[in-house]
Amino acid sequence: MSTEQALTPASYIEHHLSFNAKAVGDGGFWTLHMDTLVMSWLLGAVAFGLLWWIVRGATAGVPTKRQAFVELLVDFVDTQVKGIFHGNRHAFVAPAALTVFVWVLLMNAMDFLPVDVMGQLYHNVLGLHAWRSVPTSDVNTTFALALSVWLLMIFFSIKVKGIGGWVHELFCSPFGSNPLVWPANFLFNLIEYVSKPLSHSLRLFGNMYAGEIIFLLIGMWAATGLSGSIFGSILGAGWAIFHILIVVLQAFIFMMLTVVYIAMAHESH
Amino acid sequence: MNINLTLLAQAVSFAILIWFTVKFVWPPLLTAVETRQKTIADGLAAAERGKHDLELASKRAAQELHAAKEKASEIIAQAEKRATEIIEEAKGNAKIEGDRIITGAKAEIEQEVNRAKEGLRQQVSELAITGAEKILRREIDTKAHADMLSAIAKEL
Repeated sequence: MSTEQALTPASYIEHHLSFNAKAVGDGGFWTLHMDTLVMSWLLGAVAFGLLWWIVRGATAGVPTKRQAFVELLVDFVDTQVKGIFHGNRHAFVAPAALTVFVWVLLMNAMDFLPVDVMGQLYHNVLGLHAWRSVPTSDVNTTFALALSVWLLMIFFSIKVKGIGGWVHELFCSPFGSNPLVWPANFLFNLIEYVSKPLSHSLRLFGNMYAGEIIFLLIGMWAATGLSGSIFGSILGAGWAIFHILIVVLQAFIFMMLTVVYIAMAHESH
Repeated sequence: MNINLTLLAQAVSFAILIWFTVKFVWPPLLTAVETRQKTIADGLAAAERGKHDLELASKRAAQELHAAKEKASEIIAQAEKRATEIIEEAKGNAKIEGDRIITGAKAEIEQEVNRAKEGLRQQVSELAITGAEKILRREIDTKAHADMLSAIAKEL
């Protein structure tokens, strides 16, 4: 918590929700959120470095406990993908789903770090004045993931059906190939193509952002006195426990939608 | 909610992580798991085969046992038959031998009887001649009646 500012609820929340922004050019677009990037890179490097380290020593014989854990994870993802995607899932879709699940899960899990304790740590130990722990409560992260999936969706659509097949599908589904319904079809598909990345990214962002805000509100209540501290702690614990569900569920939903969208791109209508 | 360059940076990070997973994480683990699955499947198949073989072997063992039992009972039956035959043969031989001995004894007895009869006849004729001689010596001239007396002795 910054000491230079007057401590009001608005400044408290505003402070906790401001990014560590670094301008790299002129204009608002040329800004990098260093907290989002560093946290997500750190998590990505640790998680996938760990996976790589375990998998490098993978044996076909009796697996170690480490390997068994990774196998459980991989099998869980693979089972989900197998039910949705009918093709050679091992070439791309299943590993991509694993990436999404593990990365999003860990980025979401940063929400478990107590906001004020981490704030003190960032401020007093690392000398960072604004630092947000949860990369997925930055809309840039969720849009980056959703738009990547969206591009993959279009890429696979064109790869499987050809550019002609894809354009044909834009105009001739879902209502049929009669020229009279082409505009309706195209409008329909346009809405679908816009709504998919929006709902995909905003669902995750909204959940994580709301989770963070509720932690902040509970923290504010805890600052109001003894009874506020007691009930704030109890509520905070309750919300944290409930948040375990949200964190895992949202990661799972994000992965499933990724697989579903890519699988839909492989199917012809 | 401000969209900025972070989005592109995160998209690139995402692409790198996907590439890394596709290239280095997924394939080795998949290979390991699939190899193990194959090993287990082979093991199960081998066990199944072994069970099948065992079944066949026990079936064959039962058959062999059955055949051996049959053979044994056949041999016993033959042996019993042979024993009966030997006994019957021995009985027959004994009867023949007995008959032969009886016949021989009977013949000997007859011979003995004949010989005794001959001896008796001889003695009776001698006795008769002696008696007759004693009677006739007084009344008959030995010389005159010799022919007649020898004729009588012959008839006895």
